[in-house]
Amino acid sequence: MFSKRKFSLICLALALAMFAAGCKKKVPAPAPPPPPPPVVVPEAPKPAAPTVAQFTAEPTSIQRGQTSTLRWEVTGSVTSVSINQGIGTVQSTGSNRVNPSDSTTYTLTATGPGGSITGSATVNVSAPPPPPPIEETKPTVTIDQAIASNVQDAYFDYDKTDIRSDARDVLSKDAAALKSILADFPNASIVVEGHCDERGSAEYNLGLGDRRASAAKEFLQGLGVSADRLKTISYGKERPQCTEQNESCWQKNRRVHFAAGQ
Amino acid sequence: MKKPIWFAVASAGALFVLMAQDARIIVTKGGIPAIAIPDFHGAGDAQKFMAAFNETLSADVKACGRFKIVAKTSLPTFVPQQPADFQQPTPPPAAPPTGGRKKQQPQPVVPPTGGGRWMQDWSSPPAQANFLAFGYTAPQNGVLVLQGWLYDLSKDTPANAQLIGKRYLATVDEAGARKIAHEFAADIITLFGGQSLFGTHIYFTSDRTGHKEIWMMDPDGKNQRQITRFNSISTYPTPSPDGSKVAFTSWVKGQPAIFVFSVDPVRDLRYYNQAASVNQAGSFTPDGKQIVYASSAGTGRCCRIFAANLDGTGFRPISSSSTIEVEPKVNPKTGTDIVFSSGRSGPQQVYRMSMDGADLERLTPGIGEASNASWHPDGQRIAFAWTQGYATGAFNIFTMNVATKEYVQLTHGDGKNENPSWAPDGVHIAFAKTRGRSSQIYTMLADGTQLQPLTSLGQNERPVWGR
Repeated sequence: MFSKRKFSLICLALALAMFAAGCKKKVPAPAPPPPPPPVVVPEAPKPAAPTVAQFTAEPTSIQRGQTSTLRWEVTGSVTSVSINQGIGTVQSTGSNRVNPSDSTTYTLTATGPGGSITGSATVNVSAPPPPPPIEETKPTVTIDQAIASNVQDAYFDYDKTDIRSDARDVLSKDAAALKSILADFPNASIVVEGHCDERGSAEYNLGLGDRRASAAKEFLQGLGVSADRLKTISYGKERPQCTEQNESCWQKNRRVHFAAGQ
Repeated sequence: MKKPIWFAVASAGALFVLMAQDARIIVTKGGIPAIAIPDFHGAGDAQKFMAAFNETLSADVKACGRFKIVAKTSLPTFVPQQPADFQQPTPPPAAPPTGGRKKQQPQPVVPPTGGGRWMQDWSSPPAQANFLAFGYTAPQNGVLVLQGWLYDLSKDTPANAQLIGKRYLATVDEAGARKIAHEFAADIITLFGGQSLFGTHIYFTSDRTGHKEIWMMDPDGKNQRQITRFNSISTYPTPSPDGSKVAFTSWVKGQPAIFVFSVDPVRDLRYYNQAASVNQAGSFTPDGKQIVYASSAGTGRCCRIFAANLDGTGFRPISSSSTIEVEPKVNPKTGTDIVFSSGRSGPQQVYRMSMDGADLERLTPGIGEASNASWHPDGQRIAFAWTQGYATGAFNIFTMNVATKEYVQLTHGDGKNENPSWAPDGVHIAFAKTRGRSSQIYTMLADGTQLQPLTSLGQNERPVWGR
C-alpha cells in the first residue's frame, strides 16, 4: 500500500529516532528566559451585539388562507429591528399576523452598536384538501315530488261534479304534466282522488267524490292521458285537507287531487 | 216468575194493569211515576263496588225514560235494606191500635214520621215517591249477591207492596256490580213496559288510535272496545240483527269496499266486493241473510242501491237512477221496503221503495238536505238528519211517521246532529253531535230529552244501535 518513497521516509525517521535516543546522556543547553508579559493597555469594553430572545411563528403550519402570528423579542442594545418579506422595520418586541400563500421563512435582523444578528421563523403553508369530484348525477325527483310540483288540484262547486272553467284550465295543464310524468315513470299509475266538504252526509259525499274523480279522469283522457294509468278513489269527506268551518276551507276540500298509485 | 196483578194508584194518577199476552205490565196514567232509589250498601268487600252499582242502577232506570227519579236529598235518612227493616207507623192516638205494634213510642208525642222505617215516609213529602227500590249486596262464597226489592208505596203494608224481590248473582268486582245493577234495573224497567238496553251495543267509528276504526260499546258508554285494526279509514258500521256480525266500509285496499266481520271473536268473514270504484255502507236485511248497499258497479258512477248475499255473491241492483243513491235500510218489521237517500230531485232527500225498486216515494218534502234514515223497530217510523230550517250542512235529528209523513224535530242546533239510530227499545236514539271540531256520540230519548254523552276520546261518529 505504501509507496516506496513513503516507506523509505518512515525508515529514515525511525533511524533518526534511535540515534537521538542514543544521545540522551548529553547535557542540554540552558533554556532561554520567558518573554516578558505583554503590556496590557486597558481598552473601553466593546458593546455586545443584540440578542434575539424570541422569534417564532405560531402556528408554524397553516392551510392556505389561514394566518399565523410572528412574535419576536430582541434584547440588548438595539438600534433597529426589521423583518423581511415585506414587513420592514418593527419594534424590538412585537407580533405580526401573516398569511403567506406559500411556505415562507421570515428573517429578523437586529442591529445595534455591537453588531447585527438575525433570527428566522418559518411558516409552512399547506394547500387545503381538494374538493370531491363533481358528480354529474341526474336530478332525482320522485314521482310524488313531480306530482306535487307540477300537478294542481281542480276545484268544484257544492254538490256539483261538473268541471268548472277554472278547473278546466287547471286540468289542461295537469294533462300535460301527467303525460310527462307517466313518460318519466313508465311503471307508475296516478290516483285521481275525489274529495268533498264536510257538509253533506258521508255516504252521499262518497258518491259525489267518486263522480268528481271520474269527471276529472274523463277530462284528462280527452286530452290524451292514458286512462288505464289513471285510477279513481273517492274519499268523500273522510280525508279533508282543511278543517275550518268556512267557505274558503270548504272550497279547498271540494277538489280532485292527484297522487302516485301504489 | 209468578206475580200477582197489581193495582196501584200513583200520586200523579191511576195505575192500570195491562194484561197483554201473559206479561204483567204496570201502566201509569196522568204522569210518569216517581221512583226512589236510595244508595244501596254492600257488606264487607262488596262495599267498594257500590259506587259503580248505585251509579249504574240509577242511570239505567233514569235512561229508560219511564220514571222520575226522586232526588237523593229528598229521601229519608233511614234506608231499609230488607223488608224486615220496615215498621208499621204508630197509629194516631185518636184511633186505638187494632193490633200489637212493636216499638210502641212513648205516648205523649207521636213522631210525624218513621224516619224512613215507614213506607209512608217514602210516599209523603218531601220524597213523594210512588215506588221504592231498595236492598243490599254482600259477597257470599266468592259470589256477589244482590238482594233487590221494588215496593209499590201505595200499598198499605210491606207484604202487599212487593213488586220485585229477587236475588241477583255476579262476580265480586266492579264489572259484577254493574252487571247486577243492570239486571235489577232491567226487571224494574220491564215491569213498567220498558225494554232494558242492558246487553245491547252501540257500534261506532272512532279515530282515537290515529285512524278511523270500528268500535263498539255498551249503551251507557262503558266497555268501549276496538273491532278493526286496519290503520286506514274504516267506518259506516252496521251490526247484523242478531249482533253477531258487523258490516262496514274500509279504504284499506284502496277504493272503498264493504267488509263483514264477526264480532266475537273478531274475524274477517271475507265479503266479496264486485268490481267497482265504490262499494259502501252495507246494512243487513231483517232476516240477517242479505246485505243492501250502494255501489258504482255497472254504471261506473256512484251509486245505485244493490242487494247481495252475506258473502257478497248474488249481487243485483235494486234502484236504477242515474243520480247518487245511498244509505239503504230495510224495514225491520216487514223486510219488504227500503228507505234510502237520493239526489234524484236535487239536494239529497229520504226516499222509500220496495225491495224490487218499485213504489218509489219521496218521504221528505224536498227542502234542505235529508239523509241518514234509520228505522224504528216498529217499522212505522224513521229517524233521520235534516237541514230544514238551518244552514247547509247544519243537520238536526228528526223523526217521521212514514205513513203520514208527519215529522218531529228532536235536536235544535247546538252544532251538527247526525246519524240517528234507534235503540232496540224504540225509546232511545243514539246520534253524533259535532260542535266545532269535536264530534261525539250521545243518546237521548226519542222526544229529544235526557241527552247523555257516551264518548270523549278522539273523534267519534256514526253510532248504530244493535244487539
